[in-house]
Amino acid sequence: MIVGSHLVKRYFGGFEAIRDVSFEIEAGKMALIGGHSGAGKTTLLKLMGAIERPTSGSLVVGGQNLMAIRNSALPFLRRNLGLVFQDQKLLFDRPALENVLLPLEIIGLSPREAQRRARAALDKVGLLAREKAYPIALSGGEQQRLAIARAVVNRPSVLLVDEPTANLDEGSAKQVLDLFAAFNQVGVTVIIATHAPREIPGHDLQLLTLDHGQLAP
Amino acid sequence: MNAWFRQHYAAFSRAIRRLAAAPLNTLLSLLVIGIAMTLPAAGYVFLDNIRALGANHTVIQQVSLFMETGASGKAVAAVRQRVDERLPGQWRFVPRDDALRQLKNTEGMAEIIAALPKNPLPDAFVLEPIDADPENLESLRAEFADFPGVAHVQLDSAWIKRFNSFLRLGMQAVNLLALVFAVGLVAVTFNTIRLQVLGQADEIEVARLIGATDAFIRRPFYYSGILQGALGGLAAVFLLLSGIAVLNPSVTQLAALYGSDFALHPPGFAYAALLVALGAFLGWLGAQLSVSLALRHMK
Repeated sequence: MIVGSHLVKRYFGGFEAIRDVSFEIEAGKMALIGGHSGAGKTTLLKLMGAIERPTSGSLVVGGQNLMAIRNSALPFLRRNLGLVFQDQKLLFDRPALENVLLPLEIIGLSPREAQRRARAALDKVGLLAREKAYPIALSGGEQQRLAIARAVVNRPSVLLVDEPTANLDEGSAKQVLDLFAAFNQVGVTVIIATHAPREIPGHDLQLLTLDHGQLAP
Repeated sequence: MNAWFRQHYAAFSRAIRRLAAAPLNTLLSLLVIGIAMTLPAAGYVFLDNIRALGANHTVIQQVSLFMETGASGKAVAAVRQRVDERLPGQWRFVPRDDALRQLKNTEGMAEIIAALPKNPLPDAFVLEPIDADPENLESLRAEFADFPGVAHVQLDSAWIKRFNSFLRLGMQAVNLLALVFAVGLVAVTFNTIRLQVLGQADEIEVARLIGATDAFIRRPFYYSGILQGALGGLAAVFLLLSGIAVLNPSVTQLAALYGSDFALHPPGFAYAALLVALGAFLGWLGAQLSVSLALRHMK
């Protein structure tokens, strides 16, 4: 469960990206954060992913109050979250398999078990045949799926996704969204920030629409 | 193998891969570190050899004890007994007649000696203590200076003092040199690791976002610094041994001209190990400073 209460994020210079936002997302749900460009979608996602800290208010993710958590505990919190970034943040100097292996190296999994799980994740997103390919050789859709494989390889309970279909054609976008739906069906909480929530199919979706940093009614 | 060892092993492997990925840069860095360590290390080895040379030299051990010219046979016998008690088997007596004979045999002195109405030289004792420590020699001098019948005690230690002063000065200079080069070595490692951190900025950012601790991020860079320092230390040992091997034939040849069998002694295993360990420590220090600064900037 993710609960935000009177969340505010103010940057240096006084700009408030998030203003008094309160919400509740139940575990196992799929939620969309919608809104125009600059509405604060990515900022809210970063707050949930403990990449940034709220200025005030409270935010509880998986039972952890992010306002009170120590800096040294943040890495361990992030390991339970799957993050898919808008620009994917793939490592272009290593092949697909090694990109997916990185989160497992971080937790110190044995090489054999790590390889098994990384290949399983690549298989899940349909990229097993391309495990040796470097990201530069992958299409936009494949890169996005590779980023998803890296995000889910640690079997996170929450998947935070930023604009997953922004640069994809219709076919690739559908493949990617189907993947999120599949993860959600097995109990993963999926939160997607998107400028076009209507394009995301499915029922029982929770929608949080932001407008200039505030939740729209 | 538990997770901790696995992560260290992975970090160590990654550090080796990073060094191997840029062989020319690595080689040049090692050469710079090796030369920086060789200069002070060679200074210490040189001074150590000089100290050993000085300690082996017999002149250092001499204390000359001159009796009064009119000292009685009883006084001489008393001194002889005291000297024998104090330094058994480490002294010799030079009677005044023998001393005069020796002086006569010196070129150009025979006529002068013949012109003298009587033998002006005193009986003398030459003390050659095994313990040639300057403090011990000084205490001997003080002890015999007040002895009845003893006119003068000459401690042949002036040059020992000069020699020790020279060694002290040399040691200070080498210490200073070592300090300067240690700072240089830390700076070289700092810069090399900084470039590595900048080259891995993307990986560091991603690793942080997906749950890497600072320790996980720092570890490969620490190993990189330690490896560079240790390998630089090994290079210094190699350069030092090579230098001694090249110089030794000339040194022994020169020493032979002075009737000495002196030769430069290469450093032992403990010294070589210390050099490698010191290199590893300084490499780690450079990496530690560099990574801390770079990560702080990245945050």
